[in-house]
Amino acid sequence: MPEGDGYDYKIEAKAYTASSSGASVSPAESPDQELYHSKSWWTTYVFSQDAKYIGIQYFCAATAIAVLGLVLSVLMRVQLAYPGLNVLDPSTYYQAITMHGMIMVIFFLTALFLGGFGNFLIPLMCGARDMVFPYVNMMSFWIFLLSLLVLVASYLVPGGPTGAGWTLYPPQVITAGTPGNLWGLVLMLVSIVLFVVGFTMGGLNYVITVLQARTRGMTLMRMPLSVWGIFVATIIALLAFPALLVGGLMLLLDTVLGTSFYMPAIIATSNFGNEVSTEGGSPLLFQHLFWFFGHPEVYIVALPAFGIVSDLISVHARRNIFGYRMMVWAIIAIAALSFIVWAHHMYIAGFTPWFGFFFASTTLMIAIPTGIKMYNWLLTLWRGNIRFTVPMLFALAFFITFLNGGLTGMFMGNVGTDIALSDTYFVVAHFHFTIGIAPVLVVFGAVYHWFPLATGRMLDEGLGKIHFWITFVGAYMIYFPMHYQGLQGVPRRYFEMYNSSQASSSGLNEFITIVTIVVALSQLIFFYNIINSARAGKKAKKNPWDANSLEWQTPEMPPKHGNWGRTLPVVYRWPYDFNVPGASKDYIPQNVSPSQVRGAKAERT
Amino acid sequence: MNIFVVILFLAVVVGTVLFHILSPWWFTPLASNWSSIDNAILITFWVTGFVFVALGLFLVYCLWKYQYKKNRKVEYKPENKSLEAILVVVSAIGVIALLAPGLSVWNDYIKVPKGAAKVEVLSYQWGWNFRLPGEDGALGKTSIHNITDDNPYGLDLNDPNGKDDLLVQDADLHLQVGVDVEFLLRSIDVLHNFYVPEFRAKMDMVPGMITFYWFTPTKTGEYEILCAELCGTGHYAMLGTVVVEEESDYSNWLAQQTSFEQILAQNKIKNKTIQLAEK
Repeated sequence: MPEGDGYDYKIEAKAYTASSSGASVSPAESPDQELYHSKSWWTTYVFSQDAKYIGIQYFCAATAIAVLGLVLSVLMRVQLAYPGLNVLDPSTYYQAITMHGMIMVIFFLTALFLGGFGNFLIPLMCGARDMVFPYVNMMSFWIFLLSLLVLVASYLVPGGPTGAGWTLYPPQVITAGTPGNLWGLVLMLVSIVLFVVGFTMGGLNYVITVLQARTRGMTLMRMPLSVWGIFVATIIALLAFPALLVGGLMLLLDTVLGTSFYMPAIIATSNFGNEVSTEGGSPLLFQHLFWFFGHPEVYIVALPAFGIVSDLISVHARRNIFGYRMMVWAIIAIAALSFIVWAHHMYIAGFTPWFGFFFASTTLMIAIPTGIKMYNWLLTLWRGNIRFTVPMLFALAFFITFLNGGLTGMFMGNVGTDIALSDTYFVVAHFHFTIGIAPVLVVFGAVYHWFPLATGRMLDEGLGKIHFWITFVGAYMIYFPMHYQGLQGVPRRYFEMYNSSQASSSGLNEFITIVTIVVALSQLIFFYNIINSARAGKKAKKNPWDANSLEWQTPEMPPKHGNWGRTLPVVYRWPYDFNVPGASKDYIPQNVSPSQVRGAKAERT
Repeated sequence: MNIFVVILFLAVVVGTVLFHILSPWWFTPLASNWSSIDNAILITFWVTGFVFVALGLFLVYCLWKYQYKKNRKVEYKPENKSLEAILVVVSAIGVIALLAPGLSVWNDYIKVPKGAAKVEVLSYQWGWNFRLPGEDGALGKTSIHNITDDNPYGLDLNDPNGKDDLLVQDADLHLQVGVDVEFLLRSIDVLHNFYVPEFRAKMDMVPGMITFYWFTPTKTGEYEILCAELCGTGHYAMLGTVVVEEESDYSNWLAQQTSFEQILAQNKIKNKTIQLAEK
């Protein structure tokens, strides 16, 4: 037990030592950890092999690219509401929607949750010293950074970035009616290939670390749900990204070498109205490959968010997560189902009509495990003792946003109702709620929660609350009304907002755009808070939220390289022993043994 | 200060419901037989709306009731198997209640009624062409390899069914009210989607394939065609018009359309003239 967190039980540590000083084994001449510590400034601060540091590097890089995605979205909204200003033309508008989508889904959220939180939290929460392959882990980040540079470079090549939408559907993505149909597309695909390679290096680390490097007593069913979410999301990412990789490579061949994986015989404007010399390819093949990746991708982002928000709610409501086992099984069930629902993105794509029945049924089934998660979060709050901290506020905002977004999924996932709503603003509203706003709210909550662990200082609570109010209320006002534009039939991806003759949405458009600008600007408060608090914030006490999970139990805060000093912690319980009857405090950390808390009637976990 | 947070979440739940009720943005008035799609959407609104309000208000109740107090007695109960089982069953019932109307709509949507009139829609970057069968009621075969300036639809010259097909190029499509129509959808270049909000129906047009859907126009009037699948920089401007009218007006319009045979003959004369002029 570290000193200073106010936990006053006596410790009878039965920890084993990780160094080679065991009685029966002769000591190594140089302790393992000494070899492993970095020796120079470069290997400490730039080419770091420390998972915590790599996590922060991932976080910063992903956030930086997200700022570009955010700026693009503001430009698009200004164009839609104030076309007279001509901030974009059709080509740059379609390039903006493409880059915005790709950046936010893959290069921001996937990288942030798995590369960022995965690296930072997995070793600490599992009681490991680091990831199992630190060098590969470092490579993972640098390849990710390279993929970002290639992506941004597409603004510098002739024709600019591809403007085919983040779905990159052929034949359009290759033909001349679309901007960036050669160089922009090639760079986009190369960037994706690099991302997948980099991710695979990191992803193998996350999975193997969880499976192999947990400390003694940390059974799988004692892992915090954050780790479960990231772990399962990584597994589905390792299975889903290959589909994108293969799909992307074949698209690259179609683009550069003129093969016909996806290209049927067409009469394209690129050839001045003459037939293009492709034959027999199937545009639907690409859609299947894309969505075989693309739907699991939704859960690659959502599951870590589910996991993290479970921990935030439990810690800040001072109550055990309700139905932990069901929560774990729900994560696994969602992950499994996510591989047999992809074609619900293609109900009206022209495939065999009989598929509709199958995919609608599997899709709506996901509502059951997802519903369980919603109920269990609520039942965790119920009869709890809720602290309205900034992380809790963001967790609550996530709940209501995801509730709304999940329920509109029942419109989109059901084949009969999707006919009228697909490709309208209803879709835009739905997916921004579910995999845009909701996970980002969790990211904010998580940053406010774990910032003290990363820096040893607290983020400013007042600024955090202002940031919360503007972001949550604003984001809700931006996307909720869009459902109704969609109901009217306003199609998405229109450079000029379509005005239905029934009820014009001008007025509403300007409103949404102005709120977007306010919300975007309010993120400056967040960045200011981070920069200022990292330098001069209030010093955090150890375990400032009175949490149970291991990451708060390191001997130093912030934890040093190797995390645990000389001895690894030993785990005796799950991380949700809050307000156990008979215990003197309202929390019992995972590494507190039953003999230290005699009289506490904790359930066996 | 906690009370403001409780009020905020209450306001979000109540505001969401109020916006739904008061919104001036709603379905466009239906002009086809697909009232079942609207009904399925309305059922989904009721079921999901109920869940949203129930869970949202329970959240607000918890926030209000269980605000932090130093000595509050907190329940320690990791699991409640029977409650969890009940919630699973209730969710499953909800899912089935939503799935049933949705699947039944789809079942109708993919079964074209016998005797439906056929209309081919041929899309390109960025516009709409249409083709109707002539007196024989059958559309002639086509192939993208046959497409030339003189034969913009790529009709098979050896197929007798194609001779009397009526070609409506870059003009409004007219439909007769109350008559079932099967749309056969083709694209010559990239993906498009033939969508009229008032008819609710939608389907992508995929080069190399013929996709389809059907509906019965039920209300006369002019409706706007929108392309609903991103198809390049002109996507947002790929609009067209459908006119739904009574039988007499429709017959008049039909009589003014030119058949493929007539176009071939015109082209022959035109080409001869060009050849003579060149000589």
